[in-house]
Amino acid sequence: MEKREPFFWLTISSSVVILAFIVLPLFDMVTAPSASMLRETLKDRDVLRSIWLSMYASGTAALISFVFGTPLAYLLARTHFRGKRLIESIIDLPIVIPHPVVGIAILSVAGKNHWIGQILGDLGIRIMGSVTGIITVLVFVGLPFYINTVKDGFESISPRLENVSRSLGASMAGTFFRITFPLAWRSIIIGLIMCTARAISEFGAVVIVAYHPMIAPVMIYERFEAYGLKYSQPVAVWLVLVCLFLFLVLRVLTLRKAKES
Amino acid sequence: MIRLEDLNVSLLNFNLRDIHLTIAENEFFALMGPTGAGKTVLLEAIAGLVPVKSGRIFFGEREVTGLPPERRGIGIVYQDHALFPHQTVLQNITYGLHFHKAQKAEAQDRQEHLIGLLQLSHLLHRLPTHLSGGEKQRVALARALMVAPEVLLLDEPLSALDPNFREEVRDALKELHKTSKATFLMVTHDFSDALFLAERAAVMNQGRLEQIGVTEEIFRRPASLFAAEFVGMKNIFPATFEDARAIVGDLEIELEGPVEESKRYVSIRPEDVPISRESVSTNGSIPLKAEIRRVVDHGFYLSIAVNTGGVTFQSVMPKSMLLDRDPKDWQEVYVHLRPSNLHTF
Repeated sequence: MEKREPFFWLTISSSVVILAFIVLPLFDMVTAPSASMLRETLKDRDVLRSIWLSMYASGTAALISFVFGTPLAYLLARTHFRGKRLIESIIDLPIVIPHPVVGIAILSVAGKNHWIGQILGDLGIRIMGSVTGIITVLVFVGLPFYINTVKDGFESISPRLENVSRSLGASMAGTFFRITFPLAWRSIIIGLIMCTARAISEFGAVVIVAYHPMIAPVMIYERFEAYGLKYSQPVAVWLVLVCLFLFLVLRVLTLRKAKES
Repeated sequence: MIRLEDLNVSLLNFNLRDIHLTIAENEFFALMGPTGAGKTVLLEAIAGLVPVKSGRIFFGEREVTGLPPERRGIGIVYQDHALFPHQTVLQNITYGLHFHKAQKAEAQDRQEHLIGLLQLSHLLHRLPTHLSGGEKQRVALARALMVAPEVLLLDEPLSALDPNFREEVRDALKELHKTSKATFLMVTHDFSDALFLAERAAVMNQGRLEQIGVTEEIFRRPASLFAAEFVGMKNIFPATFEDARAIVGDLEIELEGPVEESKRYVSIRPEDVPISRESVSTNGSIPLKAEIRRVVDHGFYLSIAVNTGGVTFQSVMPKSMLLDRDPKDWQEVYVHLRPSNLHTF
């Protein structure tokens, strides 16, 4: 057998360490609560409500990202102009800003002393302590993940396909819906998954804008603070399981569709 | 017909300047030039995919300068085929019919004609990924011609193909041109493709058209140093001219007739420089005593460098003409320059 260099064993051992570092805590947490405790937690209406709210708010945030982010992603993928880098950096800002700062920033715009806040107030829209507020924050943190993924997807489609479609008589819109969108929809789905995943995990920004109604991460934190590790674990397990299930279903669906086409 | 009037295009790092060009109805025209000359930019400007800074574009009597691509009546075929990967061959071919509903019966005839001519009937329900390069390009041609465009734009349609597919698509193109009413404009960096397909051609360099004319004529009589080098003229010498003679260094070369003083170069194609061991004077060629400098074997032909009077000529000779004798052993040879083959510019 070929003799390996020590460097090879170094790469293998560090890989093992990293994998263990990720898998061990998760595995331990998921297996820590007993089955009866998990069942008990599922009967808790507050837990169900918070997990549902997390799903609902994150899903809505992804949908909003889809509606507003898709055209922007397309624009960034297809055009070159001075200042494009700047716009791309602005879109990446929510990734690098500390999460509580995001919450504070949004509240300062939505407050009574700000004209936007006053308009929202007149329209009867409340950000502080509302589902609207939670969704607003989640869109803020999730958008970059959606836009970047979908932009890459659009970029991987040759503009020549669109040129040919235009030459054959299709308008810009016709071309987008007949050619670009059908070819990009897989990256759009992946973008939605990325955005939802990011939104579900948000805690710091949400807790500032809306402690109540409680999303799952806030509830997990509260249970941990009030009752300790043991009582927060079952809620965490359920949140993780529901998320994994949803993403798995989406992935399987998209993979199967991709094979068919 | 395509008419370009004083066209200027300005992109981020590229400019097309003062393009004047008229291509006749149903002509096959080749736009030639090296990579980066601006051929594709001009093609895309004609297609309406690149904004025009100034100047006008006409198809026949119709001005299309400001029109979006979908209202120009064009077809585009790209080097990389650009087939819609999520649609079958048939869906690709009939894509344009979604937007040309008026001409249905006619379209059916055209579809059968194109599928027959391009031999696509056995491929109709396949996806593009499973096709060979030649098949893909045939589908792209059928798709573009399906909407009966006034102008067919071909962007290096043969460059990405393997040699055997290349010939097949090249023949198909020639056949399509015969049976179609469209004006064909092909961008290419390959001179032999242009010579085979195009009646007329233009040589482009750094965003300008250097020479426009009959393809054969550009090949024989390039008008500039750039065009001469581009069409494969190997023997280009700066010269001074006296009456009907060109003087290159110490060598005096007889020409057909007197040339204008403004000319600066004399040239001759390497295949017009035959070499033999005997001094023979046929068809008015003038034998010059020469010595062989270098012989490179290219398989079917040899390229030979010979020196006469301090000037080195490149010659290309088919092996069959040398009757398998090895010119490397020859001490003394003669080159034969026919005045009618000598070109000045």
